[in-house]
Amino acid sequence: MGKTIKKYWPIFVLPTLVAFIIGFLVPFAEGIYLSFCRFTTVKDAAFTGFGNYIRIFADASFLRSFGFTAVFTVVTTILINVLAFCVALLLTRGLRGTNYFRSVFFMPNLIGGIVLGYIWQILLNALLMMMEKPLLSLDATYGFWGLVVLMCWQQIGYMMIIYIAGLQNVPGELLEAAKIDGAGAWSTLWKVKIPMVMPSITICTFLTITNSFKLFDQNLSLTGGEPAHASEMLALNIYNTFYARAGAQWKGLGQAKAMLFFLLVVAIALVQLKLTRSKEVES
Amino acid sequence: MVTNEKRTARLWSLILLILSLAWVYPIVMIFLNSLKEEQAITTSAAFDLPPADTFNGLANYIRAIEAQGFLKSFGYSLFITVSSVALILLCCSMCAWFITRAKGPFSRIIYLLCVFSMVVPFQMVMFTLSQTADVLGLNTPWNICIIYLGFGAGLAVFMFAGFVKSIPLEIEEAAMIDGCNPIQTFFRIVVPILKPTLISVGILETMWIWNDYLLPYLVLDIKKYMTIPVLIQYFRGSYGKVEMGAMMASIMLTVLPIIIVYLVCQKYIIKGVIAGAVKG
Repeated sequence: MGKTIKKYWPIFVLPTLVAFIIGFLVPFAEGIYLSFCRFTTVKDAAFTGFGNYIRIFADASFLRSFGFTAVFTVVTTILINVLAFCVALLLTRGLRGTNYFRSVFFMPNLIGGIVLGYIWQILLNALLMMMEKPLLSLDATYGFWGLVVLMCWQQIGYMMIIYIAGLQNVPGELLEAAKIDGAGAWSTLWKVKIPMVMPSITICTFLTITNSFKLFDQNLSLTGGEPAHASEMLALNIYNTFYARAGAQWKGLGQAKAMLFFLLVVAIALVQLKLTRSKEVES
Repeated sequence: MVTNEKRTARLWSLILLILSLAWVYPIVMIFLNSLKEEQAITTSAAFDLPPADTFNGLANYIRAIEAQGFLKSFGYSLFITVSSVALILLCCSMCAWFITRAKGPFSRIIYLLCVFSMVVPFQMVMFTLSQTADVLGLNTPWNICIIYLGFGAGLAVFMFAGFVKSIPLEIEEAAMIDGCNPIQTFFRIVVPILKPTLISVGILETMWIWNDYLLPYLVLDIKKYMTIPVLIQYFRGSYGKVEMGAMMASIMLTVLPIIIVYLVCQKYIIKGVIAGAVKG
């Protein structure tokens, strides 16, 4: 069968392949090359070796936004996963209104990051003003926690859905056996439910880590990196390096930062998958 | 004991109810503010209900639609999303079926490249991608779907390939022996079996493309074509006075269709999310 199908590859594979080359492979390869160049467009690139990479570490804004992003990723990953798991536990107990709660908590995921950012900017600024605190764009600490609140509000529902699916797949006999063996609610949770939903935990931590680390839209709309780039995350820092300043020296620096950003994302993904996969058990 | 359990259940329901109000409130607040007159929309009065003397009715909505070009943006967003998702579903399901059924180094390389492309952040390719799109003239709403196909192929091919693996080979072999060529086999036999996956992938891709900001902003000529996220950012991000009333009305006009679609297709959306997570 494989042989007959192979003759048809121009119909089955070619459209996707051509688009993939245009939309991904070529820009990606050019991106790697340009990170070693000084340029303003793809055509006027002049090779400069590792110059751009060395300049990244002389750029205090990159290191600062790296720190901001790292702390933000840790805080949101823990908060979102713990809260989403708790809500999922409650919603698998057959409480009244379960369907309504599930629908409401999931809803923010469908709204785009830009719109969400502005909704929360209006709300949080009003709240901060009422408490007589500085507005989001004036104090990076409030900007940080504003982003945390926004991310929790948006992502808890998504992760909750995945945890609910995981919890519903825990076999009933297993829970019954635990009960007969005299396990209370607490030890059932830690010794049966959590080990059994480990695959869901792997996926959810993976998704929250990468979502937070790569965050752009919400950052742009909620704080815009204000004040003075203090609430600027990595993706926005790269964007601003590219587009906020004119001059040949910036684009190469931006591309080198993007390359480093890409390598960081790959490293985080590999380490995280290795760590949590090893804790999964066979069901 | 039983009453005790009932009491805790009721307590949890109450806590969840309060929490769910916190989930709905931000949108309700924007709605209430969108009914106020321009000068009554201030940060300090944001929590107040629209007072009778500055009640503006739907004037902000009319302003958003008439003066700010909301409908045009809605049209662009709709066209881009529908055309891109349709193209992704068609091309990627075909590609995924081919690379799982016709094994070989060629198929293997395509599969690995697709998986690899899923971890690459957009910032890595944003500059070169927008330049490539300009050179090839793929910078209008009418053909940006090719860019979306290229950049979105990774996830779609990966998900389809995962599902195709679970389809028993015998059905397709029987069809081929009965004289179907691969194209007929794919559309008559495989597509009907793939339907649930088509819906799941379609939903995930729709959520992404409809809300995407940076790609259309960089690729399209935004003086001519603004999608909804670009329009909202333009409202707020441009210097000078921001028309808060019209902006809040635009936010509501953006959120409302999403909520309606969500209420109608909730079952599929949640299934799509779960399917996407399992494959991820």
